[in-house]
Amino acid sequence: MSKKKVRIIPGFGLSMGVTLAILSLVVLIPLASLVVFTAKMSFSEIIEVITRKRVLASFKVSLITAFVASAINAVMGVVLAWVLVRYEFPFKRLIDGMIELPFALPTAVAGISLTSLTADTGFVGRIFAKFGIQIAYTKIGITVALIFIGIPFVVRSVQPVLEKFDPQYEEAAGILGASRTKTFWKVILPELSPAIFTGFGLAFGRCLGEYGSVVFIAGNHPYETEITPLIIMSELQEYDYSSATAIALVMLATAFLILFLVNLIQIRNSKILKGGH
Amino acid sequence: MKKNLIRLTAAVLAASTAVFAFTGCGKFSSATESDSGNGKVEIVNVSYDPTRELYVAYNEAFKKHWKELNGQDIEITQSHGGSGKQALEVANGSPADVVTLALEYDVKAVQDTGLIEDGWINEFPLDSSPYTSTIVFLVRKGNPKNILDWGDLVKDDVGVITPNPKTSGGARWNHLAAWAWAEREYNNDEEKVTDYITELYQHVLVLDSGARGATTSFVENGQGDVLLAWENEAFLSLQEYPDDYEIVTPSISILAQPSVAVVDKNVDKNGTREAATEYLNYLYSDEAQRIAGQNYYRPSNEEILNEFSDVFDLDIDLVTINDFGGWDEAFEKHFSDGGLFDQIFEQG
Amino acid sequence: MAADVKKASVTNSAVKAPPRSRSDMSAIHEDTKGSKAVRIFLILLSVFFLFVMLVLPLLTVITEAFKKGFSAYLEAVTDADTISAVFLTLEATLIAVAINTVFGLFAAWAVTKFHFKGKKFLVTLIDLPVTVSPIIAGLIYVLTFGRQSFIYPYLEEMNFSVVYAVPGIILATVFVTFPFISREIIPVLEAQGTDEEEAAALMGAKGFTIFTKITLPHIKWALLYGIVLCAARAMGEFGAVSVLSGHLRGKTVTLPLHVEILFGDNKFMPAFAVSSILVVLAVIILVIRSVVEYIGKGKE
Repeated sequence: MSKKKVRIIPGFGLSMGVTLAILSLVVLIPLASLVVFTAKMSFSEIIEVITRKRVLASFKVSLITAFVASAINAVMGVVLAWVLVRYEFPFKRLIDGMIELPFALPTAVAGISLTSLTADTGFVGRIFAKFGIQIAYTKIGITVALIFIGIPFVVRSVQPVLEKFDPQYEEAAGILGASRTKTFWKVILPELSPAIFTGFGLAFGRCLGEYGSVVFIAGNHPYETEITPLIIMSELQEYDYSSATAIALVMLATAFLILFLVNLIQIRNSKILKGGH
Repeated sequence: MKKNLIRLTAAVLAASTAVFAFTGCGKFSSATESDSGNGKVEIVNVSYDPTRELYVAYNEAFKKHWKELNGQDIEITQSHGGSGKQALEVANGSPADVVTLALEYDVKAVQDTGLIEDGWINEFPLDSSPYTSTIVFLVRKGNPKNILDWGDLVKDDVGVITPNPKTSGGARWNHLAAWAWAEREYNNDEEKVTDYITELYQHVLVLDSGARGATTSFVENGQGDVLLAWENEAFLSLQEYPDDYEIVTPSISILAQPSVAVVDKNVDKNGTREAATEYLNYLYSDEAQRIAGQNYYRPSNEEILNEFSDVFDLDIDLVTINDFGGWDEAFEKHFSDGGLFDQIFEQG
Repeated sequence: MAADVKKASVTNSAVKAPPRSRSDMSAIHEDTKGSKAVRIFLILLSVFFLFVMLVLPLLTVITEAFKKGFSAYLEAVTDADTISAVFLTLEATLIAVAINTVFGLFAAWAVTKFHFKGKKFLVTLIDLPVTVSPIIAGLIYVLTFGRQSFIYPYLEEMNFSVVYAVPGIILATVFVTFPFISREIIPVLEAQGTDEEEAAALMGAKGFTIFTKITLPHIKWALLYGIVLCAARAMGEFGAVSVLSGHLRGKTVTLPLHVEILFGDNKFMPAFAVSSILVVLAVIILVIRSVVEYIGKGKE
């Protein structure tokens, strides 16, 4: 690419201008007003709000459930991507098309139907209830809802990488006498890992903030199944805007951090994709 | 192919700008429309969750009444949601002409923003509370756990469903009703009362964020043995599933007085003060009071309340919020951050 | 890392030189595919996972929707409130997709065709809405355009409401689907590089011509794919819209909100019936997506 500052391709000003204008209007200014609003509080007040026991407990619940759900999705995402790219079987296209359903289905609908499925009286919940396991209204229920929400992320970030992946490497490894499992762990997985992390990070970020589906299935017990977005909602309902914005700011910073890491990985990832060309 | 694609994109863009412009115009025109004398008046009633059926019926009656009165058509837009959330939205600019919320406390929150003038509580009869309700128990048919009063809720194998008082106005009434019973039971021994409430929450299986969510957990998803519910909600569940549930009225409960108010700033802007005021006034008419009774709200007009004596248990002992020193005091003590409810869960 | 493996594979392919028999070849090919048992296990695992996590919830929606028979279903979906919710949802979706398409194209162009400082930061900002909690998304618009905002008096003067009105719903929808289109285009443009555009520019082509003649053909499938995804997500948004809508019946209630309202009114059957509209719309969109992808792959 041109090392000079001279830009040959036209339209930098226009495209940058439009990008920044829309970005500011939709994302930056509104986010800034959150920061401004929080800044009305003193630093110690902010700390006091976000270190309340109940808030800390909700951070814990949110982080644990989001992490477990994203981890499960990371594993299942690789399996799904692998199956969809490597194998031929009936209805493959159908299954492939289904992956995005969680995006398209309103989260509230997902929450309601998952709750009715996994409650003790539900189709799935009944089976687990026999073993004394309760899904709905526990952390497991939250995790189930979050798994639903996060399905597409890992699959869709691993799939393209796997598609471009040259089977030669594996063949080579095979010829060199590596077992299939070894090939997978030593050759394939390292290649996929940036994509997996990207998907994991995005799913994790999305799960942390998820509200619609979780409130229906969570049971919302303080200290046990109360997620952070619900705390924000309840602060709002107590007309406590400053507490709500302070907690929101913490979540926002977390989201930003996760994304920044993901994008760092992704830039590496896209180089690999290009390299594979 | 390309060209088609471009054309398509252009068409979509053009169409959407048109739609955007159209909705924009719609906004502008609807705001001015309501002023015109004999045209149509539009008012927005921001209410809370369980009043939907009530206002569907009432709005029809009021439309007729308004037509007779002024020869004018009136259109009423309803909005329902958690009472606290609804109040907050009005405070933030939701275009409400009247609010009909669950708690005086919530209307006060709107008043604090200057949208409603002071003294609203005396603007309409009976503390601006045209209908009341109370808290009762909904239990499964035959009352298998034999739950008759508040004390039975903490029996060993009883699972209780009530919403979270932090997010649900209804749940605050539940909490206070239980408190009232315990105060009487333990002769105002605060420690014992707190112990009882703590134990009660240990029996709570699901703390939904709203009254309707709690009903769903109990009715649809089969959680728990008893639901602490608004009387009217309990009756609605009973109406839907007459063979599955029954209502138990405890010995003592709380008189829940939903509050109504005209949102002064908004009606002055929209020129709808007359319609909005009449809308709330007419709630006290015999017709409206009967509609309230039919929707299982207790009419505040004693005579009409007595017409419904076969529906409501009128012998129940009802305390009011004033017994707790008013909403501000009750809220501060029980539900504020670090308040009693928070303390209960911190210990547990 | 890729380079390492590639180098390795090059040396390996040199090793591969001795001619192999056909059966050898297929054995090795079989090898990369994994044993049959593993394959069947993985396929079954995938199908089972998707069945439990995706299909069952959808089946629940459909069965609950028809619990009280077809006529009850029809009554629920043709209710006046439902119809107005459908139109509002389509309107918000259409506008959100249009705005995001414009944004996505310009942003992708800016990010991939030029080098500038802070690119990573810009890309992160564009992606940010995906991981921002919908509740916060709603909250920030309330703070910016609501009554306690300093802009509010001006908006009021113009008689233009953003929050608790249609523009707010559209903004929220744009926010939650913000990066969907740019995210699809950027990798394609990045992989394509800038050589072709540079060449065209040197030959004197105008920006718009370069875009329509060179860039667009490359990205058209990615763009369509992004549009489809964006539309799907836009229709289903609940949290952010819920905070901003005000739930004014027949005016600011979208389909997901209408589901919530019905559900809140203990009208389970109608709630699931309206949900089924969304399921059907989602399925239609995803079918379009598959077709687009199929044609797209076929063309290349």
